[in-house]
Parts: sequence; C-alpha cells; structure tokens
Amino acid sequence: MQELMLAKAKELLQNGTVNRVLGWQAGEFVYDITPAVFESEQDLDAGFVYNEFCGNNLSKYLIKESRKEGKVLAFLKPCDTYSFNQLIKEHRIIRENVYVIGVPCEGKTDGETLKSKGVKGILGAKSEGDELIIDTLYGEQRLSKRDALTARCLTCKSKKHVVYDELLGEEGEEVPENHRFEEVEKLEAMTPDERFAFWRGELSRCIRCNACRNVCPACSCEKCVFDNPASGISQKAAADSFEENMFHIIRAFHVAGRCTDCGECSRVCPQNIPLHLLNRKFIKDIDAFYGEYQAGEDTESRAPLTNFTYDDVEPSIVYKGGKK
Amino acid sequence: MQRIGVFVCWCGSNIAATVDVAAVSEALGHEPGVVFSTNYQYMCSEAGQNIIKNAIRDYQLTGIVVCSCSPRMHEATFRKTAASAGLNSYMVEIANIREQCSWIHKDKAQATEKAIILGRAAIAKVHLNAPLTAGESPVTKRALVIGGGIAGIQTALDIADAGFEVDIVEKQPTIGGKMTQIDKTFPTLDCAACILTPKMVDCAQNDKINIFAYSEVKEVKGFVGNFHVKINKKARYVDATKCTGCGECTEKCPMKKIPNEFNLGLDNRHAIYIPFAQAVPKVATIDPNACNMLKNGKCGLCAKVCSAGAIDYKQKDEIVEREYGAIVVATGYNPIKLDDYDEYAYSLSKDVVSSLEFERITNAAGPTGGTLLRPSDGKHPHTLVFVQCVGSRCSAEGKGKSYCSKICCMYTAKHAMLCREKYPDTEVYVFYIDVRSPGKNYDEFYRRAVEEYGVHYIKGQVGKVVPRSDGKLLVQGSDLLANEQVHIEADMVVLAAAIEPDKSARPLATMLTASMDTNDFFTEAHAKLRPVESPTAGIFLSGACQGPKDIPDTVAQAGAAASKVIGLLAKDKLTCNPCTAHSDEMMCNGCSSCEKVCPYGAISYVDKEFRMPNRTTAIRRVAVVNEAVCQGCGACTVACPSGAMDLKGFSNSQIMAEVDAICKM
Repeated sequence: MQELMLAKAKELLQNGTVNRVLGWQAGEFVYDITPAVFESEQDLDAGFVYNEFCGNNLSKYLIKESRKEGKVLAFLKPCDTYSFNQLIKEHRIIRENVYVIGVPCEGKTDGETLKSKGVKGILGAKSEGDELIIDTLYGEQRLSKRDALTARCLTCKSKKHVVYDELLGEEGEEVPENHRFEEVEKLEAMTPDERFAFWRGELSRCIRCNACRNVCPACSCEKCVFDNPASGISQKAAADSFEENMFHIIRAFHVAGRCTDCGECSRVCPQNIPLHLLNRKFIKDIDAFYGEYQAGEDTESRAPLTNFTYDDVEPSIVYKGGKK
Repeated sequence: MQRIGVFVCWCGSNIAATVDVAAVSEALGHEPGVVFSTNYQYMCSEAGQNIIKNAIRDYQLTGIVVCSCSPRMHEATFRKTAASAGLNSYMVEIANIREQCSWIHKDKAQATEKAIILGRAAIAKVHLNAPLTAGESPVTKRALVIGGGIAGIQTALDIADAGFEVDIVEKQPTIGGKMTQIDKTFPTLDCAACILTPKMVDCAQNDKINIFAYSEVKEVKGFVGNFHVKINKKARYVDATKCTGCGECTEKCPMKKIPNEFNLGLDNRHAIYIPFAQAVPKVATIDPNACNMLKNGKCGLCAKVCSAGAIDYKQKDEIVEREYGAIVVATGYNPIKLDDYDEYAYSLSKDVVSSLEFERITNAAGPTGGTLLRPSDGKHPHTLVFVQCVGSRCSAEGKGKSYCSKICCMYTAKHAMLCREKYPDTEVYVFYIDVRSPGKNYDEFYRRAVEEYGVHYIKGQVGKVVPRSDGKLLVQGSDLLANEQVHIEADMVVLAAAIEPDKSARPLATMLTASMDTNDFFTEAHAKLRPVESPTAGIFLSGACQGPKDIPDTVAQAGAAASKVIGLLAKDKLTCNPCTAHSDEMMCNGCSSCEKVCPYGAISYVDKEFRMPNRTTAIRRVAVVNEAVCQGCGACTVACPSGAMDLKGFSNSQIMAEVDAICKM
C-alpha cells in the first residue's frame, strides 16, 4: 500500500493537482509516527511511510493546511474521514483546497500496546489475516490482532470512507457489531460512588499536558477557553486537586454532538487515561435521546444538540428521574 | 467600581411580614460598592420612586438594586424611575424577594437570610452591568388575521376602518365561519345570515382588506412589527379572477354524491362547488378528492360549460410571502366528535343529531329548506329531547372536556323555543345540569323558553338513548328535582356537544411561539388585564380560539383585539430590546452552531480579514448578529462551543457572578 500511495502522491505532484502531501513519517523508532507535509518527491522518498503504526488522524491538520496556497493531498483512513466531514460541516476546512485519497485500514497498533504484550526491539510489523507479524531485534513474533490492536481499533465503527476524491485499495464496510458502548455500560452499571472513584482514579493522573485537546479534531476553537485568561478557567497551576476533572468534563461538554469517536484523545494521553469514555457516554446518550447519530457521517444533517424536533425528549432531571 | 444603591421594598405586608426588611437593607448596605441602602413601604409608589431618584442624585449612584416583587411586575417601572433621574435603565437590577422569597417561606429568619442572598446576587450582577441603549425597529403597517369567522371578520373590519391594511387567511373556500351555519342568534333571534353576510361583503369590498380564502399559514418568522409569513394558497382549480360564481359548473358536474360539509353531511354537493349562495369570495372550488378529471383525467365537463373559461385543472398551490406588523389569531372552534357517545346512540341513529346539525335542519338554506324533519324518514318529529353538557364539564379521562362550553345553555333554549314557536304540536324536553345564562337579557330569554313557550326543563342527565325498531328513540334520564327516573319516547334527540379549539390551532401556536393551555385554547398575556393579547409580543387573540365564547362576546373581543393592533400599527418605530447577543469575533471560529439554533434567523456569517502576527492577515468566517432581529433568548450563547457568543445584560460573567455571590455563604 505504501508504494501505491507514494506513486499516487508523486503523480499528483507532477501533474500539478496538488502542491504538497499530508501524510505520515517515521520517527526515531518505527512506531514513533509523526504527521508531516511533504512538498516534493524527494521529501516523499526520504520520509513518507504508511504502516501498521500510522494511527494519527490527519484531518485536524487540514484546518491550517487547507487555508494555505494551493491544493493539498491528504491520505485519510476511514475513521479520519468522519473527522474531516465534521470539520467541513463546521466550516473549518476549505474543501476545495483538499484532495482526499481514502486509504484502507485494518486496524492500527502502537508501540505501547506491543510492549505491554512483552514485545521488545520492534523493527516493523505487518498484518496477515487475524495476526500481526512483528519484526524484532530478536526475530519474528506473532500476535493475534485482538492482542495487538489499540483499544479504539478493537471497537472500530467503520472501515468505510464517508468522503474521498479517490480511493486506493478496496472499499471497506461498516462494522455494525462494534460493541463500542460496552465499556460505557459497565460504567453506567456502577453506583455513583464507584463511578466517582473510578474517574477520580483516572483523572487525578492528568498532568494537564493538553495533548488530548491539541490532537482533538473537534477542539478547533480560535481561542480555547483554557487559554483565555478572561474565562476564569485558563491554564494555570491547579488551584485544587479537582481541577483536572473539570478540565476533562468541560472538554467533553464542548465536543458533545461533534465528537466522531476517533479516539485520538486516549491514544495521545501520556497517562493512559481512557478519555474517549467520557465522549462515548455522550454519544450513547445522544443516540438514546434523539435517535442514532454519527457525527461526521455527512456534512449536511443537523446535529441533535443544535436541532429541535417535536419528539425530542427532555433529558433533564424530570427524564427518568421523576418516578422513583 | 460602581456606586450602588439598594432599595428594599416592604410591599405593604407582602414582603415585610415574612422578611425583616430593615435587616436586609442593613446587611446589603455593607456589601462592596453599596453606598446607600434603605427600605420603604411601597417602593413602586410615587414617594418610593422619589426616594430612588433622590438617592441617585445625592449619592451619584451608578447602579441600583431594588429588592421587591418579580421583575415581570415592576422592572419597567424602576427602569423608568432610574432613567428619569439620569441613570441608564439597564443599570437597574431587581432582586425578587416577594415571589421567590416572602411568599414561599414561613420562617422569618430563613426568609430574611434568603432575601439577603438574593440581594447580594443582584449587587454582584450590577457590578458588571454596562449601560445599554435600546435600538428601534420599524413597524410594517399591515395586520394578518388568521381565521375568517365572525371574530376574524370583525377584527379585520375594525383594523381596516382605522386605515390599516389587513389580510384575512381562511382555510375554507369562503369566509364566514361557523356563524354562516347558524340559523337564528340569541338573545334577539336575528337571522345569523342577515347580520353576518353584510359584514362578509364589507370585507370583500373594503380596499384595505385582502382575503386569502382556501389558504393556510405555512410559516411565520420575525417578531413584533416585522413578521414574515408564508401563506399557502391551495389550488382551487378555478381561476378566482375569472370565475363569476354563476354556478353553471356545479349544476353540470356529474359527481354529485359528495357529503356536503356546509350541511355537516346531511345532504350532498358536487365535486365542483360553492359552499353556499352568499359565499365570499363567490368562487367555485373543485374538490380534488372527488373530481374525476383531477383523479383520472376523464370528464372535463365543468371546463366545457364555464363561459368565463375559469376552470384550470393544472392550477397548483401557490406560496405567497407577506410582511406584517401584527398577527391576530381567530381560529375559532369546532364541536367535538360524538362518535364516543354511544350512550346517546349518536352513531346508531340518524335522528340523534348534534346541535349544529339541528341548526342546519332548521335553517331555511339547509337541507330541508328550514322545515323541521327527521333525518331518518323525513317525517315531522313530535317529541324532541335536548341533552346539554354532552362532553362539557366532563371529568372522565380521555373523554369530553373539563370546561363549560358556555354557549350551549343559550342555543339549546333558542332551539327549544323556536321548535315550540314554529311547531306548537311538539313536546320539547331539555335535560340540564345547570342552566347558565349570565349575560344581558340571557336569563330573561331562558325564562321565556320555560314560561312562555312551555319547554320542559328537567334537571338531570340522560343515562341512555335506545333506538327502537319502530323509529322511536327511548330516552332514559333522571329528574333530580323530582328524584325519579324519566322515560321519554322521542322522535329526535339533540346533543349539545362540547366545543373545542380548531385542530389547526396547536401547530399554529408553535409557528407563532404563542402559548396554549392544556385544552389547546390560546393563553392570554394576563387573564384579567391583558385578555386579548398573547404573551408573545405582536400576537393578538380574537374569539373562541382563546376560550368558549358566544357571538356578542366574540365580536366584543374582536374589536378589542383590533384596537390593540391599531395601537401597535399606529407607531412608526418600536423600541428594541437592547439585551441582544453579540459575537466576539476574535473568538468566533465560524462553526455555524449558533446560526442553527437561532429561532429568529438573526445570525449570519461574513468573511472578515484579521491582522495576524508578523504583518500578515488572514480571512476568517465569523458570526454577525442582526440586533434588530435578535430577541435575546440566549440560545446561541449556550450553543457556541468557543464561548464567543454572549448576551448583553445577561453575560456569562454576570450570571457566574450571581452564582458566585449566592454560593459564597
């Protein structure tokens, strides 16, 4: 696939369709993938990669890239295209300045997941059926996909692109039985005290590095409230130990109805906090209250939280809470 | 730092009996920024207002807090007071220590504590208040009347008489409404048509009045003074400008077995029809569900016989967009469906009729030419039983209405009286729960039915009506005064069905954002003091859409609604609410969330060039609020993910300051 993509990128650069390419490049280690913009064939040959570690969602980078001179080629995985659509809907990406090539994805792994399974000296990996074959300093190792894929890929909602100008490889299918709400249901089944203890346990590890916010495609405000001194909640030394909880809860509220469940927040968290669960709870509630809704599935539909229909429930204290 | 004055009102004993007002003014006097604090028996009185005015001058106050009743009651009063002393009206905050405090508390210590907290919150808000200036918006000098019954007609005539344009939208092919179906009117027994049809003609001939018959309101946007309305003119399949109303087509139409709505299905009409001879506009209408030509393209007879060439089978619904300054709702009522009343055998026997059907049977223009004949066999009935309160004052759930329909006592007395007058050989019985006749000459009218015309009034309800095979209706009821069961062999039974608002009222209320009660009657702004206005500015109520009403009451209310409309349209400008939303364009990222939730369409977007670091510029899409259209509902401020939208006078920081002040205890 990488060769196919390289050839396509060079072709489009040559014929002038685009003047740069948004893709991934390897870091110091094979699993340290970084998004990068390539402006020439030489750049592409030197750094472009597409492999089992390319989990990064490139859509958010297009907010800036699409505002620059000329057209940019963007390689998007199925789940990235949801974020892309959502940003189109919010008028954040200028669609005509982007040439989208959909690339297939069979689920991605990352260095941490593999290391946690005891794999050391990782040199590369490739997918083969239900297995991941990992090339290491100590020889080849095989892991089942279930063990090797990141948590978000195990509950992949769709392998189908919702938007593209061109598709490389086979079109995938939606994954209706993705069980992505099972973890949320577990949390819902807890008592309020247990749930509070769970989230305190997770969120108190937060170091306010802002990685989740910076990577989140839904977090695209001109000025984030946490950076605004006038908001009263801007980034500063935590005034008390509960502040990081508020940070994540406020962020979850801000992206509610717009979060496509891409899972980047949890992927980048250096403290391994399962932040996606907060957003997924919102998605589950929105589905229950207003009917199934997938942010980013299209660019036209009205989001449930900014729409009103006569059969909307009133999810307030009264809802479900009235008769106890 | 603001210089704040605090004025605590006793409201006589309304507040002072439950709240220690002296303690409140003392405690609030120590709040930061407060330079003057006092209390007085009636702050809204002239003397009270003078205390405020003098304090503003003497202490150079920059903001005031009045601890009193609900701002709905006297906010406007105190704003005027402040303005007359040279202080901006929007530097006034009300702490509601009556409805939200003294009236709901019994314990004086607790109530006093809460009053102090509410006062603190208001003081915290005033600290962040900024003077606001109200803009002005123009008034479109045209009114829309929805519904062309007697209520709508009277309102329209009165508005037109004052020199303003009026449009009437009526969903039926003709204006006139229910009154056209009525024979005589109580308490004077004038013929309804004789007093109504001249008014209908007046409407048609008045050059200030525009009638959209066979039309419905599809969409309402805008606000008081500036409504934009889409009206759907349904296809009549007849060119109204060419049709002369000669009626040639209706005679030749082969589809003649269509139940006639005007006579409540008691006889038939043709597929092309004019509801009745005095219809306004007198234009034929093709019923698309009955016409052969429209259904399967075969026939075309009406087009052949029409000498005016008015028939147009290809006519389409047409949307007309109009602008109005005021809207009057006059959607009227309907009798309830009686299908659920098997105890009265309504659906079992043709001779059990509703009162409106009885009106048609006794009307000279009705199916029997005005001769009282039984629907089943066309014979003259000798014994008639009238049953009142069918579905009215009914507490059974899911059946009937809890309210009194108000008009039935009087029209039943009228029916009974007219029966006895025209046909002295009839025996007439009326079953009633109470006779309610409080109106000028109403009780006299009812007494006449009993005393002069010998109508048998029986206090009690009918338990059952059983149709017998010989055509008689066996009526079983109870006479509560004699305490005995009554059995009557009747020829006809007339049911005084409860009345309910027209079904179109509920969706219309949603379009107008006007409020309704649980029975779907429109709610007035104040039950006693603003009975013809809806709480939504610019929406007025006329007739039975607001509650059951007879013709005199309806006409009176129609005139009252018209006078309110005239008062509004006479103004050239309306003062806008300055508490509108505005977008901080440095924060706005142009995501369109606010635009989607704005119910007034007040938000649009512009591409604006911004200076960026390093002498560069960037073009960004940012939201712009049209302040003349914004009503300050605040929906956008909560939808905005960036916190760029804020509401003047109710900014997020002001509300947070209030919350902080309350929580600081």
